[in-house]
Amino acid sequence: MDDVTFTWNLLADIQQMWALPFMVNAFRAGTMVAVLAAAIGWFMATRGQAFAGHTLALVGFPGAAGAVLLGLPVTAGYFAFCAAAALVIGTVGPGRGRAEESALIGTVQAFALACGFLFIALYHGFLSGTSALLFGSFLGITTEQVRVLAGIAVAVLAVLALLGRRLLFASVDPGVARARGVPVRLMDVAFLLLLAAAVASSALITGALLVFALLVLPAATAQQITARPAIGLALAAVLALVTVWVALTVSFFTPYPLGFWLTSLAFGLYVLAAGSRALAQRLPRRPGRSAGSSPRVRPSSPATGGSIAPGAGS
Amino acid sequence: MTAPWDALREMLSHPFMAHAFLAGTFVALAAGLVGYFLVQRGQVFTGDALSHVAFTGALAGLAFGVSATAGLLVATLLVALALGVLGRRGRPDDVVIGGVFAWVLGLGVLFLSLYTTRRSGANGTAGVNVLFGSVLGLDAGAALVTAVVGLAVGATMLALARPLLFATMDEAVAAARGVPVRVLGFAFLGLVGLTAAEATRVVGALLILGLLATPAGAAVRLSARPLRALGISAGIAVGSVWVGLTASYAVPHLPPSFSVLAVATAVYALASAVSALRDRGRPFRPSVSDASATLADLHLGGSDVPDRSPRPADPSRSR
Repeated sequence: MDDVTFTWNLLADIQQMWALPFMVNAFRAGTMVAVLAAAIGWFMATRGQAFAGHTLALVGFPGAAGAVLLGLPVTAGYFAFCAAAALVIGTVGPGRGRAEESALIGTVQAFALACGFLFIALYHGFLSGTSALLFGSFLGITTEQVRVLAGIAVAVLAVLALLGRRLLFASVDPGVARARGVPVRLMDVAFLLLLAAAVASSALITGALLVFALLVLPAATAQQITARPAIGLALAAVLALVTVWVALTVSFFTPYPLGFWLTSLAFGLYVLAAGSRALAQRLPRRPGRSAGSSPRVRPSSPATGGSIAPGAGS
Repeated sequence: MTAPWDALREMLSHPFMAHAFLAGTFVALAAGLVGYFLVQRGQVFTGDALSHVAFTGALAGLAFGVSATAGLLVATLLVALALGVLGRRGRPDDVVIGGVFAWVLGLGVLFLSLYTTRRSGANGTAGVNVLFGSVLGLDAGAALVTAVVGLAVGATMLALARPLLFATMDEAVAAARGVPVRVLGFAFLGLVGLTAAEATRVVGALLILGLLATPAGAAVRLSARPLRALGISAGIAVGSVWVGLTASYAVPHLPPSFSVLAVATAVYALASAVSALRDRGRPFRPSVSDASATLADLHLGGSDVPDRSPRPADPSRSR
């Protein structure tokens, strides 16, 4: 990549970048991963399951390392381990209080990572492969993997669209949801499995350690801006898309790693949103002056409850 | 009967094994004590965040030519205290913590690439060592410093145990009875940061939770009495390090970080099974007697107090 230079002619830059097949694949995969991670991440943040999400993301690493050790496809390893961890967390964890549940999640995470370390220690010649598994690499994405990713993304998003209303209801108020006939326990396990599928596919491009940035940051940014579920989900997806596209482009033209640009961009957007919201709250709000900012919905507004409760039980 | 004893002596005659045992024992002691409170206060995710900060700190230290240890300590302490500031209104939101450490980890990736590309004499395995620990590579000085810091953290933790327990179980009542709840919270986060930095030396940045959350999670399942559970937690942590290091010595292909965590996880699984079996005899967990056990521990410190009904405010006894 020594011969590529950035010019301010953006069209020429993109042409130069997309002349390389692996970059086209990286953009395709990145686009799907961004939408998937943002949508699932929005629910994760709403449900307060950041720790579980982070753990599932990390569990992809031993899965991939184990698959490499056994000579199986890396994708299969990611999915098998993430799904198994989701089942453990979803079935053993609940019912004993938050403290013990978090201890269980921490144990699953640490033990899974230790297994990953064992696998790479058993597999000789591990160094370059390890950092690709942990920190991602946009160089090696094959067309085959793009196809698999597309299938998974469509499947996960379809299930999410199907369950979305009831899942949201169960997340915001589990007690009332249960009373209205929503199978809350089943929803919990189903959501963890969706989360596992999303992080396993994202890990292919961002690596196991950085999936979490795509999950949590666009969703958190969107929730700073709006509390409306539909708008928030769309906004999170757009933010994630912009983040991934810009990060891929910048890391193509600079010697610094993709993971750094990805997390920095996403975090920058979050700080911007949180900062401007804090500023807007600080300013005195007088009815005549603030016509421009009044339509914005604050998280404490009743919009969330009002828009999901009707029809959710049927 | 002397054969195991001789084998043990033979193992400890290797300096690297002696150093690993010295450092590992006291780090595990500190992590077991700190971890119990981390679990009870619902702050395991904070420990998770600090494990990633530890990675970035160590690599920043390496990338800028300072020592990894210095970067490690500065980063974990600073972030731990920053999380305390963020959590002024209660405890910091998980999403905020997650967002911050996701970005910090991205910085760590940058430092890793700077370190491996810029510094010609760079040790190619540095990244892996920071992530997964290199306890067998400690020299005498490093092992001694690690042990002393671990001992200091453990002693501080024991000194703070009672007021911190009170503040953890019922923050409002503790504050009303004059316990400096906020200062304690801060001090505790500082100790967590210090422990995270120390544990990174032994099991690696990514596996810190295995020493912080796993023994404590097992202890919480085995005993509802805080002081006893605190002891069990530290015991499991130290035992896991001893058994794990011995196993790695006996089986050369087994990385020590893995075997330590495998032992801890096995104990956790066993404890869960035992407590599940025990609970099956009783239709529900008697939470009232849990509370009275807690109060008995808090007020009298004795774990063998006969069943007392909880007497929250007893002015004749409180002073």
